[in-house]
Amino acid sequence: MNDLQTEASFFNTKNRIQLTHNFMEHIVIIGNGISGVTAARHIRKMSDKKITLVSAETDYFFSRTALMYVYMGHMKFEHTQPYENWFWEKNRIELKKGFVSKVDHQKSQLIFDSGENLQYDKLIIATGSKPNKFGWPGQDLDGVMGMYHKQDLENLEKYAPNNQICKRAVIVGGGLIGIELAEMLNSRGVPVTFLVREDSFWNGVLPAGESGMINRHIKNHHIDLRLGMNLKEIIADNNGKVKAAVIQETGEVIDCDVVGLTAGVSPNVNFLKDSGIELGRGVKVNRFLETNIPNIYAIGDCAEQHEAIGNRRPIEAVWYTGRMMGETVAQTICGNKLEYKPGHWFNSAKFLDIEYQTYGWVFGKPKEYEAQFHWIHQDDTKCVTVSYHKETREFLGINTFGIRMRQETFDKWLTEKKDVDYVMDHLAEANFDPEFFKHFEKDILNAFQKQQTINA
Amino acid sequence: MAVERNMALTGQPPKSLNTIQKIGVLIGISGLLVLLLASFNLNLANKGLWLTISLSALTIGIIIFSKGAYDKKLEGIKNDGVWFKSMSSRGVLAWIAGIVLTGFYVVLYFFAELLGLGQGVDGTNTGLVGLFDPLSRLLSGNPASQWFVYGTLYTIAIVGFGIKFLMKYKHNRYEQLRTMSVMFFQTAFAFVIPELMARLNSDTFSLPYNDLKNMWPLNYYAFEQWRVDQFINAQTIGLFFLILAVLMVFVISPWLTYKYGKRWYCSWVCGCGGLAETAGDSFRQLSDKSVNAWKLERWMIHTVLVFSVIMTVATISTFLGYDATKYWFTKNVFLISVGVFLTLLFAGILYYKRNQLNKSAVTGAAGFFIFTIAFLVLISFVDLSQIQIQAKYFSFGLNDKSYAADSALRAFYGFGIGSIFSGVIGTGFYPILGNRVWCRMGCPMAGILGIQQRLFSKFRITTNGGQCISCGNCSTYCEMGIDVRAYAQKGENIVRSSCVGCGICSAVCPRGVLKLENDGLDGRINSNEILLGNDVDLMDFVNNK
Repeated sequence: MNDLQTEASFFNTKNRIQLTHNFMEHIVIIGNGISGVTAARHIRKMSDKKITLVSAETDYFFSRTALMYVYMGHMKFEHTQPYENWFWEKNRIELKKGFVSKVDHQKSQLIFDSGENLQYDKLIIATGSKPNKFGWPGQDLDGVMGMYHKQDLENLEKYAPNNQICKRAVIVGGGLIGIELAEMLNSRGVPVTFLVREDSFWNGVLPAGESGMINRHIKNHHIDLRLGMNLKEIIADNNGKVKAAVIQETGEVIDCDVVGLTAGVSPNVNFLKDSGIELGRGVKVNRFLETNIPNIYAIGDCAEQHEAIGNRRPIEAVWYTGRMMGETVAQTICGNKLEYKPGHWFNSAKFLDIEYQTYGWVFGKPKEYEAQFHWIHQDDTKCVTVSYHKETREFLGINTFGIRMRQETFDKWLTEKKDVDYVMDHLAEANFDPEFFKHFEKDILNAFQKQQTINA
Repeated sequence: MAVERNMALTGQPPKSLNTIQKIGVLIGISGLLVLLLASFNLNLANKGLWLTISLSALTIGIIIFSKGAYDKKLEGIKNDGVWFKSMSSRGVLAWIAGIVLTGFYVVLYFFAELLGLGQGVDGTNTGLVGLFDPLSRLLSGNPASQWFVYGTLYTIAIVGFGIKFLMKYKHNRYEQLRTMSVMFFQTAFAFVIPELMARLNSDTFSLPYNDLKNMWPLNYYAFEQWRVDQFINAQTIGLFFLILAVLMVFVISPWLTYKYGKRWYCSWVCGCGGLAETAGDSFRQLSDKSVNAWKLERWMIHTVLVFSVIMTVATISTFLGYDATKYWFTKNVFLISVGVFLTLLFAGILYYKRNQLNKSAVTGAAGFFIFTIAFLVLISFVDLSQIQIQAKYFSFGLNDKSYAADSALRAFYGFGIGSIFSGVIGTGFYPILGNRVWCRMGCPMAGILGIQQRLFSKFRITTNGGQCISCGNCSTYCEMGIDVRAYAQKGENIVRSSCVGCGICSAVCPRGVLKLENDGLDGRINSNEILLGNDVDLMDFVNNK
């Protein structure tokens, strides 16, 4: 039963003998997020190297994506920690709390802001992201925060514990974190004004039909959604705390006690300036996740591919890509040099009560070769968009809202390059909704066939 | 387990109650007040009326409370503020509720006279039990007992909080159907039908109180002599029930568990499960998810299972022994059949399922098996009814009676497991330990079904490839304390003997990662080292080496 929590038990004798020569090689990982922790776990499974995980944020690994549920009272902070605290010692993964201020690759050492040093043989940079700030006046006032770090959560608890201390909050930036922050504040009855730069929610990614449905869903939750609006400035009270936010387009002044800045994230790599490690927006890496400096690797949100892989972005701030890079770099470090080769794109999110999954590529603004079929349920909480190639009819991807679908099935269909007609006929095979849920595959197929006849 | 001091019902959302909820609480409490007044023998002139008022107030109170909580909200997960509310986060209210419930169970099991049982003239009921007389007479024609009071309140709780659950999960048909099922089985099978059947009893014909769905070993007295005798004496219909009880254990239950997992019983039919899923729903997040709790669980539940087996075997073999002429089964035939059955079962599992068992499971099972067989051998030579046990040595002197060894086993099981574990701890401690402590740690029925589910079932919770973000909602809301996330984040299916298939992990998952399914046996237990989403070469490399 213990293998559940004991990676070391997978350690086999054969590897132990092979790897004796680099016994106690010291692997230092900066960042204890999903990327760094996955790398550490897999290195431990395959080797007996000394592993140190460095973090300034928390003592133990926690799931960043779950921070929202702590504020909403669904979970306590300890529930966000996937491993019990004894896990690390048992698997001989040393935890070091501290803020790395410099990397000296000539001496192979890290320098902490406390002045301490730490020697490494191999270094993995997995420092993740930080919230974007675009130089708005007032962006560093008390009561202004992102929603990314554990410290942001503590800040929110301080400035918005309830709707008497925080009479209104303004959120700037209509992405995945913005809508989560809106949901969080909404759960405590704090009125929210949600400024979204685009003229429809997340329409850089979502096709118009889906984006419109989410707009309406946000409003149904009594969130004051302002589309096509930007922040001009944040006004302070006499104590240097937020008093109001001003809208660029209208000049409207919105009184508020908290401003949430959720206009995306960027790699957290400032401490590497002048280190000699090549930086772009993030740490530049090749397909083996190696930086320009030998023995230094970068993974997760902070890594930037020299060239994008397929349709993916060079920097992918996604949970599972961080995990996959961790798995890959662990192979390389343990002597099985491996390229980072992500499979078919997939992702998921939740917009208030509506779950979203995507498999393959469906573009917000369709590419010139791309045709899209959109189906929406009359209750306005479920919809599907299927993307296929105009000429070849190859199935390219699907977005699904309010209906769960099976990754394995789409992964197979994408690999086999099924055409859209096959996928529509067999959509029920991909259904992943709980038992007894109503199925909509027939409606979807009917709508699809109708659309095809009209177009033909 | 720090006591949280905030008792406020007011305050800020999401922990405050709105006006409608407060009205609901008030109405519900007024219903409880009537019961309390009756308990203190306040003379309530028209018992039937007051009982109706009380039970209606309880039900309506819960329904109004739930309407206040969920009616104006959009469909979706309703866990806002669970860890802020005193009642659901081991706060002061939770402790008060726990103490009151525990106290109620202690009185119910051991001091029924305090509830007015047989305290009136000529042994008629007074107090709380007396209040329930009219309803009991209406159903069975007999005066109420403390068990009738308990059964009625139990049914009201499942129905009332069942309606609350239906409102909470209005978007989830699996949860809805499952809840309607437990509400039905409780009301019909555990309450109304057995009460009505009591009307068939006369001087010449009598059947024991028989809840058809309450099977051995959860029903630990299912095969005690008085019941078996009553069934046999009731001829055709009695024999039918007796044979059905045996078929349930050896045929019907294994078959259903093979097809659907233990959930067909634990979260669709069972009364204990029914209460846990409805009245206990607010406490599911309190279960302990640590590996240590899991270790404790495995020892505890299987120990109780072995105890229930040997207690039952001892009971049956004893009455087969001294009443040998009455039954066509003799003591030795019985003991040998049990021994052969258990040996074949044990050997079969060891042989056919050897790849699915880890060392600690084999060691533990072997220990339990040897102990059981040794006990069978012992009682084949020793007549337990001839050995006298002084209860005072085991009860701190509280009970100074002397029991024959087989009755002592029964008495000890009935007291320790039947009353203290399943009642006082299992339900009384809902607000502190969570709603499934009994089901997880103590229920022998769950033990048997769990072994079947782990080894011989098509049921599993499928993980959706690499979609898991390790958020932990699934683990937090697993009432059985399964660390669901530990599997989901590795892309592994969840195949655990303790899973009762309540489906809440799947419901609360924000990424659509989990699905309860009955499917083929191939690939049911998968342990991928690398998740789907990666390059195929890497997955092959790591998983196949």
